[in-house]
Amino acid sequence: MTLLTTLARLEATASGRAQPLSRVRHRRLAGQPLVVIPLTLAGDPATPVAAMIGTSRADQHLLVVPQPRNRDLRLRFLTGLAQTVIGYITARQNTTEVLPATRKREERRRYADAPQIIVPNRAARDYLGLLGRSTRFQRTDGPFPVDPAVPALGKWLTFLADSADQPGSALLADLTSLLAEHWATGQSPLEDAGLAAQLAWIDPPPGMTGLQAALATEDPLRCPPAGPATDPGFDQAILEPLVRNYDQAAQAGSRAGTDRAATEITSALKSQLEPTWNAIWLAISLLRALAETAGAARRWATDRDAFTRFSSYLADGGLPQPRRDHAATAAARLDRLERAQAAYDAERALEDPFILAELRTTGEAFAGEVVSAESSRTTTTTAGRTILRPRFTVRTGDPVRIEPGRVLICPARPSQRVQIADLPRTRADVDVVLEVIQGMGTPGRPKAGAVPPIGELVSYTLDPGYWAQRDFPPVDQTPWTHGGPPARRPADHVEEPQS
Amino acid sequence: MSADCQYDPASETDKVIAAVLADMGRPGQRGIIVDSPPGAGKTTLVVRAATELAASGESCIIVAQTNNQVDDLTMRLARQDRGLLPGRLSATDYTPPAALLALPNVTVATRLDDLGGAQVILATAAKWATIKDRSWGWAIIDEAYQMRSDMLLLIAARFDRALLVGDPGQLDPFSIIETPRWIGLPYDPMQNAVTVLQAHNPDLPVHRLPVSWRLPASAAPVVSSAFYPFSGFRAATTASTRQLEFTAAGIRSSADLTLDTAARSGWALHELPARHTIRTDGEAAEAAAGLAARLLARGAAGTCERHPGGQPLAPQNIAIGVAHRDQADQIRQALAHATTADARMIRVDTANRLQGAEFDVTIVLHPLSGRRDATAFHLEAGRLCVLASRHRHACIVVARNGIANLLDAHPSDEPIHLGVRAKFPDGWEANHALLAHLANHCIPA
Repeated sequence: MTLLTTLARLEATASGRAQPLSRVRHRRLAGQPLVVIPLTLAGDPATPVAAMIGTSRADQHLLVVPQPRNRDLRLRFLTGLAQTVIGYITARQNTTEVLPATRKREERRRYADAPQIIVPNRAARDYLGLLGRSTRFQRTDGPFPVDPAVPALGKWLTFLADSADQPGSALLADLTSLLAEHWATGQSPLEDAGLAAQLAWIDPPPGMTGLQAALATEDPLRCPPAGPATDPGFDQAILEPLVRNYDQAAQAGSRAGTDRAATEITSALKSQLEPTWNAIWLAISLLRALAETAGAARRWATDRDAFTRFSSYLADGGLPQPRRDHAATAAARLDRLERAQAAYDAERALEDPFILAELRTTGEAFAGEVVSAESSRTTTTTAGRTILRPRFTVRTGDPVRIEPGRVLICPARPSQRVQIADLPRTRADVDVVLEVIQGMGTPGRPKAGAVPPIGELVSYTLDPGYWAQRDFPPVDQTPWTHGGPPARRPADHVEEPQS
Repeated sequence: MSADCQYDPASETDKVIAAVLADMGRPGQRGIIVDSPPGAGKTTLVVRAATELAASGESCIIVAQTNNQVDDLTMRLARQDRGLLPGRLSATDYTPPAALLALPNVTVATRLDDLGGAQVILATAAKWATIKDRSWGWAIIDEAYQMRSDMLLLIAARFDRALLVGDPGQLDPFSIIETPRWIGLPYDPMQNAVTVLQAHNPDLPVHRLPVSWRLPASAAPVVSSAFYPFSGFRAATTASTRQLEFTAAGIRSSADLTLDTAARSGWALHELPARHTIRTDGEAAEAAAGLAARLLARGAAGTCERHPGGQPLAPQNIAIGVAHRDQADQIRQALAHATTADARMIRVDTANRLQGAEFDVTIVLHPLSGRRDATAFHLEAGRLCVLASRHRHACIVVARNGIANLLDAHPSDEPIHLGVRAKFPDGWEANHALLAHLANHCIPA
């Protein structure tokens, strides 16, 4: 935790209300997201009990497994879930846009929209990944065939769960993490993983402090957990007897009896899920009130690219994703994630003064006043050409921890790149001598405003630089250092579409 | 003592190098791993292997991890064998040092085609990853434990056979991404190159360099037993070869007592009173900077095999090692205000950046000093190992009292994963081992 986040948490504790960590939103919130709240059977990690699902507060559907240990009932539930999710996804594939050809790539089409699934917390996000894993290999032929929608659901959920690891992706978002990016509460990060308690600090009911409201959410009767794990008291006192009633009716062969028991189970589970449902829509409206950054739209376009690629992969009869990555796919994925993380961090620092302020405390950015400038300074290259290299000096009291020679960027002049030419440290203040290396024009035609005038307050942070995608060998050419090509032709292998 | 008199470190090292070269000569031997403790003559081995390969007409490339390492190897290679033609391949935005450009037999270029008839080509792993469609008979990979296995995957097609050299006791490579996705897979891309190579090729021969040329006789047994419990190594020099003396006598201050203890025994623990502090502990920083300045002020001089007549300690022979960058900053500021003007030229850096460097005296701010908790980062054996194995004469540890209690209150609780080999020693054990030794050289501040 950084200095400013710690300070914000202390202020939240003192004032009884969460403090903002950012006033802009770095991730797209779709106009019509699909909210999913999964519940699982205690002690049985991949056995769903219920899911509340829908695209608006009013559009609420509840899917329930009356006897979660019964495979047929579970499959019926998964088929229902698959139809809802795939129906939602298919509706995002209605309109496409055409991207004109560029120097590097041909003209291509991409969907104008993409699915966005919102879950209450990180555990629910992981749970959808788990459901994907348990359903994507189900067979639609053989002795126990399942509905084709079930493995299709598995592939989509796996795609969404994998994309959620990509920094900045908005295809599958968990609310507690999103809220934690924007508000510091007066409780621990562990407690923030409870959606109700976190919301209690951010938006406490009138007349209550965040702490009082958060303490009130600890009563599982008033405020059942947001899942996927259910409240043990509810399991023991309500769910278990009702499921037993269902079993007895099923054994007796009474259709009316099982129907009645199923209705009771449904209404019991609804009482568990509804408070979370309302909390989710409250959280979404709080997040919608924040202004979205330009970077969010750019990353949403990346998400739509990934969605388009995976859609056409499935349309071509794509096989389920393999259980484990191969050596080359793992390395390529790590490379992709690292590049996405670096880009996401850099874009946020430029678009969000709160994040820039945090970087100033850790010495990765600085702000100060321009105390001198040589806007027409030139140097000669080794080839003998005269080039414009203006310099200016920024005086700052920030703890600058950047070595000379590093390239920096600034929010006020996005096209400009500067390099630290010198960093004399003599007094408490540091004079940073910066040389403009990009965006200054030529000696004959200097670009106006490229060099900040004396007296201007400027801030600079590290340029992550361009970092080309690395070419890993194809899976069937894995070198001997990594075990050679897999013995079996990877029949279930997905060559994940590269960006 | 009689056994010691007969022990000849140079011939012991030569025996291992000869065994490595013999393995390289065996047809069908795809890879050889050489584990090297701190300062064991790793570069000498790399240079020897490269010249032998070049002499026998084998095509060979050398892979190192940073530009500094590549420059250093290139210069060593070029000076060792004036007839050899090394080629230094570099990125376009890289400026090679003047000393390298001055060597007549070295070619420097940014493209392979411009290297002409270079017999041995040297570049960073990142640069090799950009080369396509060429391959060589041999690759010598230096600092292989600092290289991530995904990098090895990128460059593996460039060579048929490989010699990997590195120090297994240092810090592992890291990633900015945290994910449990690949834990336990034999080709986990976050693991170091040697671990992954061994997981797939368990029969590769592993050689160990037996002697540390850097660490003094006072440090080799301590570092060996704390951080290399199974492989062991010894010092090349004896206690009488390395001497540290002061031209100015000390006053009876605790700083001077600490320096005297370090000069006498090779180790000293400068112990501040127990206190929980923030990471940038002002008193500890002042103490570390003060000791360094005092070392210069008292005119410390070292006698060793390179300088049998004694050599005064210059600021560049001293380093201060810390765990975090803000601590380094704080100590640099304290040094800037020191009364000894040269003190600001002393290198202050984190363990990550000190890897591979060598100094006469090091002052170490203990990673656990003043902490309330012992996190995996601060417990990491590699971090302490780097800090405690940079010196040729003496190592002074600055710490607050209470680290042993802190360790006992935080037993290792890292999760155990299937398919992941346990690492020895763990940080908890290594920390205790070093503390137990330092307890004999403790001076309260």
